[in-house]
Amino acid sequence: MAERSFKKEVQQLRIGEGEEFRGEGILAVTKALLQSGVSYVGGYQGSPISNLMDVLADAQDILEELGVHFETSASEATAAAMLAASVMYPIRGAVTWKSTVGTNVASDALANLASGGVTGGALIIVGEDYGEGSSIMQERTHAFAMKSQVWLIDPRPNLESMVKAVEDSFQLSEASNTPVILQLRIRSCHVHGRFTAEANKRPQYTLSEAMANPVRDVSRIVLPPASFLHEQEKVKERWPAAVEFIKEKKLNEFFDGDLKDMGLILQGGLYNGVIRALQLLGLADHFGNSRIPLYVMNVTYPVVDDEVIEFCRDKKAVMLLEEGQPNFIEQNMNTILRHAGISTVLAGKGLLPMAGDYTTVVVRDGLQKFLEVHQPDVLPTMEPAGYLLPKKPSVRPAATAAASAAAPAKPLQVSEVSRSIPAVAAAPAVNGQAAVAQALISEALIEEHEIGEPGTQLGAANTVADVVLDSRPDAGTAVEAAEQPLTFHEHVKSLGTVVPARPPGFCTGCPERPIFAAMSLAQEKLGQHHISCDIGCHLFSILPPFNLGATTMGYGLGAASAAAFNVPSSKRTVSFMGDGGFWHNGLSSGIGNAVFNKYDGVIIIVDNYYSAATGGQDILSSRADNKRRVTNNPIEDAVKGVGAKWVRTLDRTYDVTKMQATIEEALTTKETGPKIIIAQSECMLNKQRRVKPLFNKAVKEGKRLVKERFGVDPDVCTGDHACIRLSGCPSLTIKESADPLREDPIAYVDNTCVGCGNCGEVSHAAVLCPSFYRADIVNNPSKWDLFMAKVRRSVIGYLQTRRGNRQAQYSL
Amino acid sequence: MANTTQFNAGTPIKIAIMAMGGQGGGVLADWTVDLAEHAGWWAQTTSVPGVAQRTGATIYYVELMPGAAVEAAGRAPTLAMMPTPGDVDLAVAAELMEAGRAIQRGLVTPDRTTLISSSHRAYAVSEKAAPGNGIGDSNKVIEVGNEASKRFICSDLQALADQAGSVISASMFGAMAGSGALPFTREQFEETIRRSGKGVNPSLKAFDLGFQSAANAPVTASKIDFSKPVTEIPETASHPKVRALLDDIKTNFPAPAQPMLVAGLRRTLDFQDLRYAQEYMEHMRNIHKLDSQFGGLAKSWALTTAAARYVAVAMAYDDVIRVADLKTRGTRFDRVRDEVLAKPNQLVYTTEYMHPQVAEICGLMPAALGRWMQDSKSISNFINIFCRKGRFLQSGTLSGFLMLYVLGGVRRFRRGTLRHQVEAKSLQQYLQLIERTVRQDYDLAVEVVNCRRLVKGYSDTHERGNSKYQRLLRAAADLPGQANAATRLKLLRDAALADPEGTQLDKMLAQTAQPAAA
Repeated sequence: MAERSFKKEVQQLRIGEGEEFRGEGILAVTKALLQSGVSYVGGYQGSPISNLMDVLADAQDILEELGVHFETSASEATAAAMLAASVMYPIRGAVTWKSTVGTNVASDALANLASGGVTGGALIIVGEDYGEGSSIMQERTHAFAMKSQVWLIDPRPNLESMVKAVEDSFQLSEASNTPVILQLRIRSCHVHGRFTAEANKRPQYTLSEAMANPVRDVSRIVLPPASFLHEQEKVKERWPAAVEFIKEKKLNEFFDGDLKDMGLILQGGLYNGVIRALQLLGLADHFGNSRIPLYVMNVTYPVVDDEVIEFCRDKKAVMLLEEGQPNFIEQNMNTILRHAGISTVLAGKGLLPMAGDYTTVVVRDGLQKFLEVHQPDVLPTMEPAGYLLPKKPSVRPAATAAASAAAPAKPLQVSEVSRSIPAVAAAPAVNGQAAVAQALISEALIEEHEIGEPGTQLGAANTVADVVLDSRPDAGTAVEAAEQPLTFHEHVKSLGTVVPARPPGFCTGCPERPIFAAMSLAQEKLGQHHISCDIGCHLFSILPPFNLGATTMGYGLGAASAAAFNVPSSKRTVSFMGDGGFWHNGLSSGIGNAVFNKYDGVIIIVDNYYSAATGGQDILSSRADNKRRVTNNPIEDAVKGVGAKWVRTLDRTYDVTKMQATIEEALTTKETGPKIIIAQSECMLNKQRRVKPLFNKAVKEGKRLVKERFGVDPDVCTGDHACIRLSGCPSLTIKESADPLREDPIAYVDNTCVGCGNCGEVSHAAVLCPSFYRADIVNNPSKWDLFMAKVRRSVIGYLQTRRGNRQAQYSL
Repeated sequence: MANTTQFNAGTPIKIAIMAMGGQGGGVLADWTVDLAEHAGWWAQTTSVPGVAQRTGATIYYVELMPGAAVEAAGRAPTLAMMPTPGDVDLAVAAELMEAGRAIQRGLVTPDRTTLISSSHRAYAVSEKAAPGNGIGDSNKVIEVGNEASKRFICSDLQALADQAGSVISASMFGAMAGSGALPFTREQFEETIRRSGKGVNPSLKAFDLGFQSAANAPVTASKIDFSKPVTEIPETASHPKVRALLDDIKTNFPAPAQPMLVAGLRRTLDFQDLRYAQEYMEHMRNIHKLDSQFGGLAKSWALTTAAARYVAVAMAYDDVIRVADLKTRGTRFDRVRDEVLAKPNQLVYTTEYMHPQVAEICGLMPAALGRWMQDSKSISNFINIFCRKGRFLQSGTLSGFLMLYVLGGVRRFRRGTLRHQVEAKSLQQYLQLIERTVRQDYDLAVEVVNCRRLVKGYSDTHERGNSKYQRLLRAAADLPGQANAATRLKLLRDAALADPEGTQLDKMLAQTAQPAAA
């Protein structure tokens, strides 16, 4: 049961030939899979392709009608291995995951698959989690494609191109006996657009036919001597076949323009951004008509030598826009041009930042630099008040140029940009000002950092007001900014101290919050410990207000990443792992490993009944009844099954006192071997989604039901906010005190409270303050309820009135 | 350059929606797309939800291209996947600081951007967790918003949504319509909501409220008045002795201090009794005398005003008796019902989370007994057995209520308790320090008074606050005669409020302690 339901949207998967499909990119790709006659689909959820898995799960009926087998794989390795079905049989299969993390996990299977090659089309759809909004390390899937020699497709980010890329990829895979990776960027996955549909196709050759007629061919198995042959095959047969197919089917696109002396080469995924950047420079319109010819690489690996040569041959200069580092494509193209003896200038990372998101602004600035050198006459002239117009081509004194280079907020880009500005390169000549320039850069970096990352996401700090400065004509430096007629820029800067960072955090009522509150309290008592974290919602513990955790090494690897700390010490280490990570690989890599190596630390498994961080999908230990899967397999059984002895299962994480006591016990017990705590409570986001409609329905039907929520007595709360420092719950907030004597805002529970109980439990466990109360709201009270209420009211009311009256005589 | 590439006419409208996870920014983006598509436009939206779904900040980006232009071009438009700074027509923020973030990101520029923002605040963790007041200045955003945008429309869209029983995406959609920034009619907007089919009527109501607020918005967004209402000075009081105190305030105290004195008088009356209030006034008379003596007139009676607040706070300390009293009042029962939005046919019971500590129980005892209990290890240990666990008290049931009610009634014996003795002594020290200081440095004395702000909370929190307060007072005692003494104490107090443990305070104190280099 996923967080988001696609029941309504999946109906579009049924539309037939010629009908127009409108919707999200990922849904379009699903439709494309069905149109391509795919036989089986697998994968592991994770942003940005979680939706693909959720869509498929919600589309089971449609899949069954078509005879398509779909399963949620245990991990990306499982998913990749699943493609083995296409090795011997002409069966199309597709798997999906989040890259590069998922590709890392899958790479063993992927390498074996690539070595032996495939018969049926084998497609890997990866959600390239790169750039703003990404939650993972910034790497390129491109490297995997290169090392295993599988082909990499990076289509233009519109639905039509993406849908076409699916069919193209299958055909390419079959034509070259090689698996193909279809890379979808974050925004492409979520883009809303339209395309004209085709009819869905049943698989031509089915899985059951294959099972009934098994085939084996030792030459396809990765074992010497076949593996040596595979390597030869890759370069002698499969690669040429792929190149031939790409050329023949025109998978890469050429767009003409009148400035024929120049050209741009770009990854397909960058297309819309590049067009917009050109448009801002007056060199393109909003329909893709560009004055500069474009070579759009929808296939980014392999690079097709002939196409590159053809495109570059008669041009003076060509610019390559390649997002991510290292600059694999640039290196490759330089080799191609050199071998072909072509002297066309190939500009690339020299004019663009080596690393980081290629936003429209970054691309525009890069293009401008390119044109300043190679064709300055096409650049629009300056208008002082314009915001969209480019910077005046100018060479500034070294220090100033460096400062302006430092202005864009993204620190990584700073040094790169500065490197590429000729003026900086010339710096030593200008009175040896290089050091000054360098100092300015570092100062700017520090400043950016201290502003507190106004970025919306965990790591994306590319947001400071200077972007505005940067987008204005020649307004890159502090000196010049002061000369601007408009004063608002200075004011915008002053927002830096006002606008708070807003990193993601635990949801309202999250059952993981009390675990970390207990951990904080245990550490207050027993001192700070080394804590290794894992991937999942629980990783939010590293952020305020908890600030817990030192490392995170990969999904399910929380326990494994503490493995070295298995020597005698005065303190044990603590590692966290989610239930998602546990089933992904944590059971063997973490628990099994700890048992086997007599690891003496504490492992806390956070069991929230779902793979919550990826969107609430079911896993082995989920409690939901899932018609199509087997759930309800307790983690405790699994842990004990691999030999763990000290195991404590807490079935209500909100009991902070007990949680704290258990953690303390685990940290201090004399028993050796891993101490495993399984902390269970249902993900509140999912629980509310499940329970709320049922509750409301029952209340409507007149059933007696009690709803709980929390509150704070404003006259008892003193505004210290200690409760918030142990919680961070969105519903536990603050408001101005109505009391004229109080200066500080007081705590306040708003109406989004779901009554999880954490506030009260924490204030109990931490001995905070008595201002919290739980309100039980009785819906449809019974006759007995009403009778008791009447009795109580009469006694309590009498006493209240008595004391109230006495007090009232002194009222003022 | 012989032939120029043929360009097609048509420019998209660019809309950035700034929201936090769970605020319905996605719904708003989808509605906008649906609205445009039904009006024959070409629409594209993208987003980077990712982990931001979990309460983080995120942007939804929409571009709309006129259908006629698409038709004329004969091909699909190529629209951008992300907003470009300086190239946004309409920025919509679901919370005020997110509007600030949009401005920071350059998505709002004076030549073309209409900025619509809800004026309400959803505080970030960093703002909430500060031991003092960590709330960012909303008016700064409004001020900059007016300058940075072509037009800034700012109203509490959350409140309007609540009023309509709907969600903020509906009132935001209304404000988008009301702003006139998009070329669609009100009916087209409303039809979009109807098509969505969920909670249509409340959504339409919220839409209407949002529409009105934007359509009638002032040319520039007005600042929000955050000043606390000044306590009104009542005409009279029913009890003659209370009236006498009130008259005392009116006749013998300067006007600027009067509202706070009334608040202080109310608090001390409410906390204990008439005699206690009289004591309060006694203290205040002394302070006022000092104030007049040492130049208060020229300083707008800052000392008396500050002391009127904090002497009352110090006298009405937070103890178990007070908590029990507050929790059992009739007004409190009504307030809880209001706060949880209980309907007349629902019953509401509250459970109190109490966790008294040994010190608090001993504090409740007559002073001598309490001290003996506290000093005796075995007794303390014995009491501690009952203090290990927090207690749940149901204040709406007879047994729970009576227990708290009786405890609240103990106030008549309060003066004899150990806690009172401790607090009275602390108050005495406080008043003496104020008096000593004002003789040497008026401004410093005012800052000394304000140091009482540190004392708050219960149990451990109270201990921590109190210890920081004591450290401040010790530092204050050494400050008179030094240059900028008042400013330095204020800086120390700010440091004390910066973190719960007082780490920053200690760091600053250590620096101050170092003898000034020659």
